[in-house]
Amino acid sequence: MNNLQPVSQRQSVASIVGVSKVYTLGGHQVKALNNVSVEFQQGDFVAIMGSSGSGKSTLLNVLGCLDRPTSGQYFLAGQDVAAMDDETLSRVRGRYLGFIFQSYNLIQQLSVVENIEVPLSYQRPPLPGGRERCLKLAELVGLSGRLGHRPTELSGGQQQRVAIARALVNNPHVILADEPTGNLDTATSHDIMNLLDALNRAGRTIVMVTHENDIAERARRIIRLRDGRIESVSETRPLLPVGIGSSASGVAGATTE
Amino acid sequence: MNLFQQLRLGFRSLMLHKLRSALAVLGILIGVTAVIWLVAMGEGVSYQAQQQIKDLGATSIIVRSIKPAEESSREVGSRFGISYGLLRDDYERIVTNVPTIKRAVPMREISREVRHREHFIDGQVIGCTPDYFGMNRLKIARGRPISQVDMQGCSNVVVLAWEAAAKLFPIEDPLGRAVQLGTEFYVVVGIAAERTAAAAIGGSLDARQYDRDVYIPLSTFRARIGDRVFTVRAGATQLETVELTQITAVVEDMGEVDATADIIRALLQRYHKNVDYAVVVPKELLEQAETMRAMFNVLLLLIAGISLLVGGIGIMNIMLATVTERTREIGIRRALGATKGEIVQQFLWETVVLSGTGGLLGVLVGFLCGPTVSGIRQLVNTFLPEVWRALPPNIRNLEPRLAPWSIIAAFGISVGVGIIFGIYPARRAANMDPIEALRHE
Repeated sequence: MNNLQPVSQRQSVASIVGVSKVYTLGGHQVKALNNVSVEFQQGDFVAIMGSSGSGKSTLLNVLGCLDRPTSGQYFLAGQDVAAMDDETLSRVRGRYLGFIFQSYNLIQQLSVVENIEVPLSYQRPPLPGGRERCLKLAELVGLSGRLGHRPTELSGGQQQRVAIARALVNNPHVILADEPTGNLDTATSHDIMNLLDALNRAGRTIVMVTHENDIAERARRIIRLRDGRIESVSETRPLLPVGIGSSASGVAGATTE
Repeated sequence: MNLFQQLRLGFRSLMLHKLRSALAVLGILIGVTAVIWLVAMGEGVSYQAQQQIKDLGATSIIVRSIKPAEESSREVGSRFGISYGLLRDDYERIVTNVPTIKRAVPMREISREVRHREHFIDGQVIGCTPDYFGMNRLKIARGRPISQVDMQGCSNVVVLAWEAAAKLFPIEDPLGRAVQLGTEFYVVVGIAAERTAAAAIGGSLDARQYDRDVYIPLSTFRARIGDRVFTVRAGATQLETVELTQITAVVEDMGEVDATADIIRALLQRYHKNVDYAVVVPKELLEQAETMRAMFNVLLLLIAGISLLVGGIGIMNIMLATVTERTREIGIRRALGATKGEIVQQFLWETVVLSGTGGLLGVLVGFLCGPTVSGIRQLVNTFLPEVWRALPPNIRNLEPRLAPWSIIAAFGISVGVGIIFGIYPARRAANMDPIEALRHE
């Protein structure tokens, strides 16, 4: 653990500083997040854990630019996004973030390759090499034989692979995964985690919410939340030195340009 | 996404619920077809009216005798009967005093039984001058028209309308034979060609059927039949004295019509105590018909607009259901970077696909208007011949005329309706909270 580089020397891709989120429910003020500060480095793989109501979903929504904090700052790709308007936030999500959901959230009327393509249609300006990129990613997640299938024709694990390919298509700074294995059996969960692991080793920054310990232990850091505060941060594995990840495996070649 | 991709996505999303989308399309289809068909019918009717008015002649002025309503009710049963209408003096006055008139043709008309042996018809006896045939575009199929010599000699000669000739002379050749009018016999000198009946125009001109006309010289009419006529109406006998039924005046140029009509009105006003005449100007009728047509079209568009409105509400209903159903998809798209504007666009394109498809199909069905009408006509004619004969001629002869503007308008309105009724559901979709939308089951 001592060979971990000091945080300040690594490139920070996302950081939240003193973020609070207050909801008003039935006249009562509920602090879902209470003065939370976290920094995520390039190549980080963070699992966020906590019981229900601990604020982990709220934290993920704030990180995903789907929700704005009541106070505090959120720096993503060098910009403070906490105060951005709705349209700019949409563009930020489309450009810098990739989403993986528990229930896959594929669009039913679209085929596998079209689902992977969806984020590309919201890029301004458009990213070059759209369709080719999608085909490469489908191959990466092992679905090149099922490009024309509809989501209903795929198993849960296959659907989640499509979702992962979709989360990569815009070459995001951070991948946000909300219980990515929550709907899958143990063997398939294992496969999906291997895929995420490989992506991380290729340099991808992943933030994952989970309540399963064995899944969380696949991450490098585990942040435990309780009542809207960070209870503990533990390191399971050291972060790879800068430079190794971004060009190491074959995955990297396919996912970063 | 480019336009084609947007439309394709819209189409595929609609294909998720085929029946539902088809019903929404049907609503618009019916609306668009209604616009096109109703306008085509309206155009057909007004075209007919215009043709008839043009037949009367845009440069002519028609002065007709009218039985004054008050006087007739007051003097019913009077021994001397009533006297009304245009006088031969009026004709002279008009011809001599109005310089713009190129030609004026007097005419006297009466209903009489016409006989040939055992055959008889309720004929319309028309006393006229030789000019009458040319002015009314009556063609002579066989023989000759009334001549100036007939006029001067007060000859007992007659020209029969085609139908009258056929009824009176089912077998023999009518030319040179005699028909009986009252107690007098008249020699048939000519047969007029067939002519379709004219429908009533506005309230000023009655429907006119030419098939029972028998034409005799005006001078003969005066000498043999006279001005006094007994009529039996509702059991009461009445003696009427009328010198002329109608005077048709023709001017050289359309621009002179109004002024000439005014002079004639003023002239008649001076010599007639009662208004027992009417001055009908076909050109005015033409203008009236134009106004009528415009009003008629507005009315039809209103009716058709209502059906499009109903179609639009149908579309809105479908789109609201769609938006609720696809809340999840909206959440996903928002998370993946779609702005509110892009969500609005997506759902608007979807409604445009719906209403545009309805519009296109509606236009196609609209083109079937002519064949449909003639098909229905054929059916009625074949299976319900009595009903067919009872129909007024302007319905029997109605030809719908597709108006290009109505096709463009109907299609445009249908797409417009789609956009207007699509905006609310689309905005509702866009304004969803993405977090809530993602959580939606």
